Amino acid sequence: MKRLFWITTLILVLSALATATVIAQGSTPTDDEVNAIAKDLFCPVCENTPLDVCPTDACKEWREEIRGMLADGKSEAEIKQHFVDYYGARVLAEPPRSGFNWLVYVIPPIIIVAGAFVLFRALRAWSQASTTEAGVDEEDAPPSSDDEYIARMEAELKKRN
Amino acid sequence: MLADFGFGIIIVTFVVALYSVIAAIIGERKQSAQMVESARRAQLLTFPLLSLASGILIYLLVNNHFDVSFVYEVTSRSMPTYLKVTAWWGGQAGSLLFWAWLLSAFTSAVTLRKWERDREFLPWVIVVSSITLAFFLSMNIFFQENPFARFYQTIEGVQAYTFRPTGGVPVTPPDGSGLNPLLRHPGMIIHPPMLYLGFVSFVIPFAFALAALITGRTDDRWTRITRRWTLWAWLFLSLGLVLGGRWAYDVLGWGGYWGWDPVEIAAFMPWLTGTAFLHSVMIQEHKGMLKHWNMLLIILTYSLVIFGTFLTRSGVLSSVHAFAQSAIGPMFFGFIGVTFITSIALLIWRWPELKSETEMKSMLSREAFFLLNNLLFLSVLVVCFWGVIFPLISELFTGQKVTVGPPFYERANGPLFGAMMALMGIAPLSAWGKSTALTLGRAIWKPTIPALLVPVLAYFAGYTNWVALIGFFLVAFVISVTLYDTFRSARARQRAQKENFLTALTRLAGRNRRRYGGYLIHISMMLMAIGILGIELFQTETQGTISKGQSLQLDGYTIQYNDVASWDDMGAGVNYTRAVVDVSKDGEYLGQLYPRIDFYFDSQQPMTIPGLRSTLQDDLYILLVDWQPVSAVGATFKIYHNPLVNWLWVGSLVFILGMLFAAWPDKDPSLRPVRAREHVPQTSAAD
Repeated sequence: MKRLFWITTLILVLSALATATVIAQGSTPTDDEVNAIAKDLFCPVCENTPLDVCPTDACKEWREEIRGMLADGKSEAEIKQHFVDYYGARVLAEPPRSGFNWLVYVIPPIIIVAGAFVLFRALRAWSQASTTEAGVDEEDAPPSSDDEYIARMEAELKKRN
Repeated sequence: MLADFGFGIIIVTFVVALYSVIAAIIGERKQSAQMVESARRAQLLTFPLLSLASGILIYLLVNNHFDVSFVYEVTSRSMPTYLKVTAWWGGQAGSLLFWAWLLSAFTSAVTLRKWERDREFLPWVIVVSSITLAFFLSMNIFFQENPFARFYQTIEGVQAYTFRPTGGVPVTPPDGSGLNPLLRHPGMIIHPPMLYLGFVSFVIPFAFALAALITGRTDDRWTRITRRWTLWAWLFLSLGLVLGGRWAYDVLGWGGYWGWDPVEIAAFMPWLTGTAFLHSVMIQEHKGMLKHWNMLLIILTYSLVIFGTFLTRSGVLSSVHAFAQSAIGPMFFGFIGVTFITSIALLIWRWPELKSETEMKSMLSREAFFLLNNLLFLSVLVVCFWGVIFPLISELFTGQKVTVGPPFYERANGPLFGAMMALMGIAPLSAWGKSTALTLGRAIWKPTIPALLVPVLAYFAGYTNWVALIGFFLVAFVISVTLYDTFRSARARQRAQKENFLTALTRLAGRNRRRYGGYLIHISMMLMAIGILGIELFQTETQGTISKGQSLQLDGYTIQYNDVASWDDMGAGVNYTRAVVDVSKDGEYLGQLYPRIDFYFDSQQPMTIPGLRSTLQDDLYILLVDWQPVSAVGATFKIYHNPLVNWLWVGSLVFILGMLFAAWPDKDPSLRPVRAREHVPQTSAAD
């Protein structure tokens, strides 16, 4: 009798667990969960429109596909990889950081830093040249900009009247 | 018949434009005033000619001449007349004609000015603008972009031909396919002309710059003549961008105004170089410096204007292969290459003559800050340019298409925009010529203190995002500096002139319109920055399917689905589906909103029109994503909460005011005193 009780309990617990898993898997992911992933994806047809806001039927199907994969317990990375495998890297909002694609990330900083360097060198050369030419030191710079400014302003106003 | 006549006029205009180029060159060579005058008149003739051609096209559009393929593509019987008129720029062929028409109008306005003092520029201004005009017309004539081509039935089927093919039978479809519904919005009616006005008016300063290079008159005369042109060009381009943003916000249904789409960036890039040019040209006028740099900036701006048109028109964005197949793509590419290389060659040729008249004296001077500003603008340009062309390069070299989307641009440009804001605060307080850390520090500490209060208050109000706090500080800093500097100058004037403060302020601003117009624009940019920070950092969204009576929640807002109705408007050719939702916030009822889906029969396209509740604090933006007519499931809504975004549009209005203030023609047309340093050395007050 005791044994029967334990077996029944075990069966009940197991079936409850199984049901719970089924419920957990079957619960439909919300639109917000789907959109959170769709936001970073671009379908190959609707160029430059993120998947979460694209009104076309094709994109609607993609979103349902994401929902299905979420329901199956797939992670965000897995879902994105699935689309990359099928449609190529263009579905991602940014090129993956590998191989040739590194160029997109490194070229602008290189150019900008080079530009800043050239500008800095030029400015320094200019200001040094002018200091030597004029024979004055930076310390001899004009008085407080407030006073200087107002004095000039007044001088100019007098001139105009 | 009328269509053939229109096409004929385009050909005649093309020939006239070429004639004006040749006559101008010969006239200049032989020093024949008569020849140059002939070139001038030929140039002036292009405007009435193109107006006539455009008039004919509009007539055909308005009167449903669907035998003309362009009319068929962009209009339908159900469209109201005003939309049929604006369909002129609703398709490729028409918009190229529109571009040409605007250019001829602008060039004519320039040609009609008094030329006494600048005779030597005239022929070259004509040459540059007429070559550009001829190029655009050649697209209409030789490269399958004829807006007057008509349908003919041949053995190969129905196709559009400029001339009747042998055995071809004219075909007139009963109705047109209609303008893309996305383009049937007031924003879209004004946005392209504004953008094009901006694009086209930058051709004028470029033409003068080249004229200056060719003639060797490399002083700052060309920048003085074109100053107002540049300002207007910049105003139109900026308005074009803002209106485009507003259109996207109202029509595209993605809850935002800017998606870093290559087409948007194409218009943004000339704006960047144009803005850099507007700033650095001031150094040339004040100090006689940076002449090479200004030439380079205006050349870049012109090339980017053509490049922008090319990007959006050649199909290159969808694929490099589409570009190769498109008729006009390679032509545009060639034209950009030739004009850019020629301009740069001219610049190198005149390099020694463009030497600076003065030297940079300090790394903290106004000049140095202006240069830094230029560096930042060009850095954003580098990011944008590279982001736009990288997918093409990738496809070309690896065969793999990639997307360079918003995260890339936002990450790269965010810090650059922040640095620009910091500079916008510091630079107005620096002096021309010499400036040291000490003088700058003394000028800056006062306006910094109130600005520091803003992020502190924001922190205690619950904003803990550090990017937002830095952003709010910079916004407050720029506004505080701008007001402080204006106040300080007005006080100085008040003391000197014994005027009351208000009179002193108005007279000060009235006499330095560009400076104070510029200040107003700086403030407007900061108001826009508030909106951008708000939506970029604090936007939230939710989506859900609810049945009638149920509600969705977002950030304290409750949106209850009340009703939905769907009906056909056969006259307009649209099916409307309109939902009614009740909006309340924290229990308080705020009113109803009506998100819609408009389905256009002729083009079989839906349009999602948001229900929008807009206040200075935030926008509630509701989209009807989907709905089921016979089902208890109900309707799917997507709701965005966009804090502060309205400041973007408020800022745009202030921007227009600032621009008008700076660019409005003076009563006295004689130019104001030439170079400030000739009167008051090193001042920062008189630009």
